[in-house]
Amino acid sequence: MNAKTGITVLVQEESFDPCQLTAAHQATLDASKCGGIVTFVGTMRDYNDGHSVSSMYLDHYPGMTERHVEKVCQEAAEKWEVIDILVAHRYGEIKPSDAIVLVAVWSAHRANAFDACRFVINYLKERAPFWKRESTPAGERWVEHNTKDPAAEAAAASAASIRRTG
Amino acid sequence: MNVKIRYFASMRDRMGRAEETVSVDGDAVTVADLWKKVSSGQDLPGSTLIAVNMEYTNGAATVKNGDEVAFFPPVTGG
Repeated sequence: MNAKTGITVLVQEESFDPCQLTAAHQATLDASKCGGIVTFVGTMRDYNDGHSVSSMYLDHYPGMTERHVEKVCQEAAEKWEVIDILVAHRYGEIKPSDAIVLVAVWSAHRANAFDACRFVINYLKERAPFWKRESTPAGERWVEHNTKDPAAEAAAASAASIRRTG
Repeated sequence: MNVKIRYFASMRDRMGRAEETVSVDGDAVTVADLWKKVSSGQDLPGSTLIAVNMEYTNGAATVKNGDEVAFFPPVTGG
């Protein structure tokens, strides 16, 4: 792995402003080495699978969640030359339009930042132990599966390898 | 030996508990055997993910005294 890559993982109940968080983190970096920042912000929709959704509860596995988000970041840092990776993810009660997840990647060149950012969000969705429970007019329901990124077949293959085989 | 077992999301609802400590004779047991014990012999849903000490594994994995085992459905974060 690129030992110089900074990795910061925040798993928190409090809501966050992704722009503010990115700017505050940038202020801690040597920005003169950065040629690009790619950010992905996942926000809550007020509908899913044909139902309106008034709020959502995000369950997680404290300790394992942080560990596996960090592992995904480390893998990204091994694959691409990136300077810094910041991931923030909520748990607990979420309201429509709230930011759920932020992935921000700083690098010298844009291609690495785009690729690493996409890798982190896709693998995080496959591996990090979070579970969404939606409140709909018909009651509460656990989300059974995430929508796939069509370009992320590698992520799906990776997830299959960790699924129960025995 | 004693093993801590945790359940998350729909698996917690299904089991009606978030965690428990299980006593097992001997000094090693497989995850699959543990599941049989806590579920009174029910089949483990095929999509269930398993972690031992917070690392993904499968039903054939061996569990030792003091380990933490978790059963949960596919993850849906992000």
